[in-house]
Amino acid sequence: MEARKINAALITEKVKELFMNCNYYIGDDIYNALCSSRDNEESETARSILNQIIENDDIAKKEQIPLCQDTGMAILFVKYGDKVIVEDGSFNEAVTEGVRRAYIDGYLRKSVVDDPVFDRVNTKDNTPCIIHTEIVPGDKIEILAGGKGFGSENMSKIAMLTPSKGIDGVKDFILETVRTAGPNPCPPMVVGIGIGGTFEKAATLAKKATFRSIDTHNPDERYAALEDELLKSINKMGFGPAGLGGTTTAIGVNIETYPTHIAGMPVAVNICCHAARHASTII
Amino acid sequence: MKKLTLPLGDKDILDLKAGETVLLSGTMITGRDAAHKRLYELIKEGKELPVDIKGELIYYVGPAPAKPGFAVGPAGPTSSYRMDKYAPALLDLGLKGMIGKGARNDEVIDAIIRNKAVYFACVGGAAALIAKSIKAEEILCYEDLGTEAVRRYTVEDFPCIVAIDSYGNNAYTEGQKKYNRE
Repeated sequence: MEARKINAALITEKVKELFMNCNYYIGDDIYNALCSSRDNEESETARSILNQIIENDDIAKKEQIPLCQDTGMAILFVKYGDKVIVEDGSFNEAVTEGVRRAYIDGYLRKSVVDDPVFDRVNTKDNTPCIIHTEIVPGDKIEILAGGKGFGSENMSKIAMLTPSKGIDGVKDFILETVRTAGPNPCPPMVVGIGIGGTFEKAATLAKKATFRSIDTHNPDERYAALEDELLKSINKMGFGPAGLGGTTTAIGVNIETYPTHIAGMPVAVNICCHAARHASTII
Repeated sequence: MKKLTLPLGDKDILDLKAGETVLLSGTMITGRDAAHKRLYELIKEGKELPVDIKGELIYYVGPAPAKPGFAVGPAGPTSSYRMDKYAPALLDLGLKGMIGKGARNDEVIDAIIRNKAVYFACVGGAAALIAKSIKAEEILCYEDLGTEAVRRYTVEDFPCIVAIDSYGNNAYTEGQKKYNRE
């Protein structure tokens, strides 16, 4: 395969589109799950709340405005083909410029502060973003992008479980994390779970899991069954839409895994609200 | 559905019951993390606040920017628990209520009861819908905070649910208990 040149301006344009689109248009998977949850929800208040969320997502789409004011911190999972050469700029700068333009030109909220502890001054363009890059064979760039709000991000947790904790330990930690989050992360939520790898790998997998369609399952049938079982258990907790009681506390549980060390079994739970926003493109 | 005009009178507040849906019309102020931190520091130093909070409702929100042709940008509630550290001091100074989302700690609930105040919830993530009920905005102070500046919103039929009433009844815990099947 020959090297392929991609202009930095094209990357910037595509990244800008991804972030505007994912903030204006909720995915069909989420929209359909909200509608079917409303039809099956036992609580009248919860049905009315789900109707408000559905109507909200319709308004955002029609008026091309953010469906949630927290348009999040910008995160990208990139598969970068090893035959790609970026022209007229660098890849990371092109991506960052795309994020900047999306948040400024697209009327998205600027939610990033420059220093986490001391200064906390808003950077006014929602940069920097967070780029996870994987080099893959090929001459394309594949980008999966999403804005992550912090109401739900703050409810996320990681545990360095040891192997003897087994499957029950994994379930207990996940359910306890969701229970502690309770009404706060804008339920109905999407629960992204990363199991295995190392401390940081598990957290990254959990984030990636929240970016996966809730219509899909883990390809390993044991984890697919665990996704279904956890979703049922979470919906027995009773928190319901907006946390005000009901039978719809989560609309999806996605698990991603990776091999791990003989001594460990890391589990990360990344909680996402019902505005689970992501969009993808291939350049 | 119950409709109420702001500012809320003492009787309005005493009549509210946790779980009840209400539509609010009138004006409210906004504020979230950074503005609360500043207000709280002024209170601790015994200084005057740049905004009169007496009798007011405060909405925990950091709106997205308004697109041309829109009165305000999308403006849904942010998680209230982050303001728990500051809320009792504001309630003790005469703030009558808060609008946000999610649970509050015992200190806030005690301050709600002590001051005959109220905590409303609105639907998190329904920012585009909620913005329809906000007709005008004006920045009152802390403009340097951008989205976190303190604003005055003029609202019409702003939809919310009584989450914690002036007697301490809690729609979050009661709602969850009712549908818990564990």
